[in-house]
Amino acid sequence: MSIKLALDQNPQANPLRGSLAVPAADLHLRIKMSSLNFYYGSKQALFGINLGIAANRITALIGPSGCGKSTLLRTLNRMHETLRHTRLEGEILLNDENILEMDVTRLRRRVGMVFQRPNPFPKSIYDNVAYGLRVNGYQGSLDEAVERSLRRAALWEEVKDQLHKSAYGLSGGQQQRLCIARALAVGPEVLLLDEPCSALDPVNTAKIEELLFELKQHWTIVIVTHNMQQAARVSDFTAFLLNGHLVEFRPTPQLFTTPADPRTEAYITGRFG
Amino acid sequence: MATAAIPVKHAGPGWGLRALARRLRNGDEIAHLFTLVFAASVILITSLLVYELWVNSALARHKFGLSFLFTRVWDPIFDQFGALPFVYGTLVTSAVALVIAVPVGLGAAIFLAELAPPKISGALAFVIDLLAAVPSVIYGLLGIFVVVPLLREYVQPFLKATLGFLPLFQGPIYGVGFLAAGVVLAVMVVPFIISVSREVLLGVPGDQREAALALGATRWEATWKVVVPYARTGILGSIFLALARALGETMAVTMVIGNNPQISASLFAPGYSIAAVIANEFSEATGDLYLHALVELGLVLFLLTFILNGLARLLILATTQRGVGQE
Amino acid sequence: MNYRMEWRKAVNAVMLTLTGVCALLAVSVLFFILGYLVWHGGRALNWEFFTQLPKPVGEAGGGMANAILGSAKLLLVAALVGVPIGFFGGIYLAEFGGRTFAFLVRYTTDLLNGVPSIVIGIFAYSALVLPFRHFSTLAGAIALGLMMIPITLRSTEEFLRLVPRALREGALALGASKWKTILTVVVPAAYRGVLTAVLLAMARVAGETAPLLFTAFNNRFWSPGWSQPTASLPVMIYTYAIAPYEDWHRQAWAAGLVLLGLVLITNMVARGVLARGMSAQRS
Repeated sequence: MSIKLALDQNPQANPLRGSLAVPAADLHLRIKMSSLNFYYGSKQALFGINLGIAANRITALIGPSGCGKSTLLRTLNRMHETLRHTRLEGEILLNDENILEMDVTRLRRRVGMVFQRPNPFPKSIYDNVAYGLRVNGYQGSLDEAVERSLRRAALWEEVKDQLHKSAYGLSGGQQQRLCIARALAVGPEVLLLDEPCSALDPVNTAKIEELLFELKQHWTIVIVTHNMQQAARVSDFTAFLLNGHLVEFRPTPQLFTTPADPRTEAYITGRFG
Repeated sequence: MATAAIPVKHAGPGWGLRALARRLRNGDEIAHLFTLVFAASVILITSLLVYELWVNSALARHKFGLSFLFTRVWDPIFDQFGALPFVYGTLVTSAVALVIAVPVGLGAAIFLAELAPPKISGALAFVIDLLAAVPSVIYGLLGIFVVVPLLREYVQPFLKATLGFLPLFQGPIYGVGFLAAGVVLAVMVVPFIISVSREVLLGVPGDQREAALALGATRWEATWKVVVPYARTGILGSIFLALARALGETMAVTMVIGNNPQISASLFAPGYSIAAVIANEFSEATGDLYLHALVELGLVLFLLTFILNGLARLLILATTQRGVGQE
Repeated sequence: MNYRMEWRKAVNAVMLTLTGVCALLAVSVLFFILGYLVWHGGRALNWEFFTQLPKPVGEAGGGMANAILGSAKLLLVAALVGVPIGFFGGIYLAEFGGRTFAFLVRYTTDLLNGVPSIVIGIFAYSALVLPFRHFSTLAGAIALGLMMIPITLRSTEEFLRLVPRALREGALALGASKWKTILTVVVPAAYRGVLTAVLLAMARVAGETAPLLFTAFNNRFWSPGWSQPTASLPVMIYTYAIAPYEDWHRQAWAAGLVLLGLVLITNMVARGVLARGMSAQRS
């Protein structure tokens, strides 16, 4: 196995710590989070999270609802700042650059996001995909960029003849793939997906999962899911969160077969409800 | 557990000068400031309005003090300004309006909210909204040529014959006067009572109604003894709103009240209202004291409607929030 | 016992019928007004009404062309004053407003909304007529513009708030800045509602008379400019209705019909726009 278990000896050099599974040295870490604390007002939602996201891999965040997995995901492109009275402590590095000191719009171009429910804009399919390029002052050919993104999201064949029709005419699964295309268009390095299939039927879910396999060749993907089977199917690494604490983070097959922590075992065997 | 001793950094808005410079660059702060200026201009305009009313009524306020409101001589030639007839006319016409409009408005609102099928209720509510949009000068026009003749020829003789023993319905019949103004005002404020009360009644949780019906109450009993009391503060709010509007209404009243500054117990008599006297005399007011007396009337009107609107909003808010809280 | 039940049933039937009568009464007022104006105004309405100036007292005929143009001019400037303040103020409240200051803005807006129109007239007179020593079209238009602010502002706020959070997040997550998100996603998604509010606000002030009485005043001729008094439909209706001339009454009806028609059609169009906009957003 190319991925080996290792105990992190020096927490300051490597954000992964404790008994966490760490991707081997041959893996490049795209994102490193250290000592992440997060507060909604006076309520703390994340406690000292240390986590590394491997490049060109799919990392899944699982845990019961309210465990902080979506909150954690949102800190990665600072979407939490759209909510009032939130506070983030700690450090998040994207390619060794502190994202908290980055210009937030630049950060979000580099770290794209797809939401739980498809949220296309009330515009045409074309304008949806072109939106991010336009607001960011893209200079190249929009037509090409739109086609490229739609192809990558495996949607091109289905919509190429109706590019200028409203995005609201698409099915839910198509809308979600449109949102993926829209996110890919601005050329991100990382793609965050917040339960992207929770509003979709099994057929469309399968399509999106298939798509994720394709996408990880070029992108680093972090997916939040409440569906453990999905995490097991698509991800390379899985992090289990409980009450704002990172309980276990290991290669997916190991986490699901031989969990190290009894709480993880309880969760994956369904004893948390 | 070994916790890394990494320096804690705060993120989020308002972090140092560099962050501010960055936000200025991406335009958010500029947009914020830009819209803030427009929002602040509302406060500026309203403050200016109050200021102008206050300053331009100074002469009258100083000369007459509170007695302005309680003396009845309005004589521009001798610089005597007592507003009592106008205050009286405003209050009487508004009272007449409410006496007519509240039962009709509440009845209609009950019908729309409780009895009519949703589609019909929606269509009728649309018509009521249109009615509320009819300009007041149109009401005045119909007041002069329809309501006044109708009152003079039929209604007032009838009232005099039947209820003539009351001081309210005595004296010569002119057509124009308190009653005419009150009737026109009533027609004008009914739409307000209906649309607000309907909203409030629709907000009453269904279980209240069902509980009463399940106990064997008739439809009317369930409505009148359970639903209406539940919504009573909101309905009161709608009445205050209507009252505020009636007090401030100018054109329709000016056209039918008779414009005669007298205080009379009879509703048949011509009178005058605060808004009407401003409308009629403002552009012809010669002399500073005269003008200041008229502006002071405006100030009185402003304060009255200010208080009533505030109360109305509080009451409506209280009911709708209670409705939400119980769901 | 039986008697009591019968009595309660009778009360039920009578009262429920009465509420229906009340509703019928209220609704029929509109149709009465409409019918009466069409009947009286329609007969007085002719081509001259739209093209001619008013004739001097005693001469039959003439029209209100100057008043129609005057109303149009007043409305145009009123919109130029009221819509930007209302629109951008509404954006401030919905998107940027903090707690205390936003509360203050909201409160004063509601306060301004409740100010009787005659008081707005006094304000415009002392702020815009008195300093220049003569009545002007501009003063009247600004008075009407002030009255448009509260409706436009609060509705803009309301409709922007109805735009789903998900749409904003979608744009922000693509690297759009906040103001670009507002400009390119939030406002386009809410524009129907805002447009409706603007139309309703214009319909409301189109019929306002009191604020014009001592600002725009009146004029028997074409208004020579923005700094001069102008005729307007509502003030003409008022002046003609209280005058003792039969022919003027006839013209007042015609003007009333035109004004009411404009106001009601604008209302119906605006509400139609809103209804379509809302269903489009839901699908």
